[in-house]
Amino acid sequence: MRDAAVAAERLTKRFAGVTALDDVTFELPAGGVLGLLGPNGAGKTTAVRILATLLAPDSGQARVAGLDVVAQAASVRRLIGLSGQYAAVDPFLTGRENLVMIGRLHGLGRRAAHCRASELLDRLGLIEAADRQARTYSGGMRRRLDVAAGLVAAPLVLFLDEPATGLDPEGRLALWQLLGELTAQGTTLLLTTQYLEEADRLATSIVVLGHGRLIASGTPSQIKARSGGDRLEVTVPPGDDPGPVARALAGLGAGPSVVDGVTGRVVVPVADGPAILSELAARLAASNVRVAEVALRQPTMEEAFLALTHQPGPGTALPEPAGNRPAGSPGGAGQAKRRSP
Amino acid sequence: MITAAAPAPQRAPASVLTSTGTITARNLRRLTRVPTLIALATIQPVLLVLLFTYAFGGAVHVPGMSRYIDYLLPGIVVLAIGFGASQTGVAIAEDLASGMIDRFRSLPITGTAVLAGRVAADAVRNLGVVVLMAGAGSAIGFRFHAGPGAALTAAALAVAVGTVFSWLNMLLGLLVRNPEAAGLAGLFPIIILTFTSSTLVPVATMPGWLQAFARANPVTAMAGALRALCLGGPTARPVIETLAWLAGILAVTIPAAISRYRHATTA
Repeated sequence: MRDAAVAAERLTKRFAGVTALDDVTFELPAGGVLGLLGPNGAGKTTAVRILATLLAPDSGQARVAGLDVVAQAASVRRLIGLSGQYAAVDPFLTGRENLVMIGRLHGLGRRAAHCRASELLDRLGLIEAADRQARTYSGGMRRRLDVAAGLVAAPLVLFLDEPATGLDPEGRLALWQLLGELTAQGTTLLLTTQYLEEADRLATSIVVLGHGRLIASGTPSQIKARSGGDRLEVTVPPGDDPGPVARALAGLGAGPSVVDGVTGRVVVPVADGPAILSELAARLAASNVRVAEVALRQPTMEEAFLALTHQPGPGTALPEPAGNRPAGSPGGAGQAKRRSP
Repeated sequence: MITAAAPAPQRAPASVLTSTGTITARNLRRLTRVPTLIALATIQPVLLVLLFTYAFGGAVHVPGMSRYIDYLLPGIVVLAIGFGASQTGVAIAEDLASGMIDRFRSLPITGTAVLAGRVAADAVRNLGVVVLMAGAGSAIGFRFHAGPGAALTAAALAVAVGTVFSWLNMLLGLLVRNPEAAGLAGLFPIIILTFTSSTLVPVATMPGWLQAFARANPVTAMAGALRALCLGGPTARPVIETLAWLAGILAVTIPAAISRYRHATTA
């Protein structure tokens, strides 16, 4: 506990009868990246707000670099950066003015604050828009300015609340690359996301929250394995009955398949997607059914969430399945047919 | 490459003065860039002077005074500043709703700096409003009759009154947390208190039951003090009465606003 950059111990927070966080415990070692994963209303933002000293927990304790976020809030604020849904930039100030202001408030001298602002604007590709008011920025530029605002004080721990929300795929990739560079330099990162793909891409450990409770925690591959691995999705042409396809695929997956008669789609959880593609092709050919589309993708948050809630309780780490995506290869195996949820 | 690893976690945090100054500068910048704020600080005060002088002035006869503008201006300054102060509450509620307050609360600065920076910027605006109204009034016949020293004291007192209204509206804004509601909540008291005071008409013209209220009304004291400083006459009593009101209101609103700020969050 003492060595952790971020530690949450039995955190509980209620708002007017709704339990936003219920006895949640996790920790993040220095230099690590923790993905807080969960659907809307899972308690992710509440957890970040407590850790960033914006909200006091009803019970439990949270520490950043060993400092209590309630009793030593002022010291914690000197070590953290916050960026996300709610921590705003001023739309009527220019990008540069926003960053200089935050630098000054962090105790930087006038010149140091200007230097730091220029450095960050340059690095985040905002230098040409630096002297325009932030309200003229696109969503992606605004988000980058927001991340820059969190980085002004070179924080030990950076909190990012849903950093990729509202970004186009290109902007998302650029942001992920930036965050990768930050962690390579030792910044501890805690981010919330609704997307398993994003957590998988960035995080060294994942905590899954649902209705304020900790549902699962572990490495990305452990979480993915426990959420039933990839999903194989076979769609029949409009008007066709997906039943025969479902029968042809019986027993192929790692769990029961889901048949949607309206969209004509059969979804099968598979532990090792790419490996079963040849078996899939053979079965489809043998059963002589018409198929409009075949896709291999990661489980959506809803699917992972459903799968995880039917798993044994937290702390039971399952063995990593063979054939998982090789580490360090961004798209991973099965890229050609992989779609984002 | 970004230097991300913390180079100086031991860096001294900004002093209260620096952080207050930084927040003040931010708010003043907004004041020059948000069109509604510019209009509220310029057109509205001038409009008030002209409207009340020409629409109203013919009907009001103040004993012993030849021009209504001489009577009106010191009072209408209080009304204009009171209207303007409602923007303090609107602004803090907007900062709460937009997440600016969350940003500030995640930084190593005190809440006092955030609130004082807001009030300080509004005080600068109020000084501008006072100068503008004096200018507009002078253009249509208003004159200071008690010398430049008293005139400057009047301006300073007007700004002080504005500062106190700002703290009051700050507290309202932090309590209601919704910008529109904060605007309304700020306007109601000032409208009621202004129209039941000596701001626009002499108290003696009111029915007896209202006279009692008007005499106890703090806005009567404020308008009276400014009037005495602008036009001459005994100043000690209304000025002391005004300062007592101001001190009393501040003693309640500043601690309450700071405490409220600590607990106010966006979500």
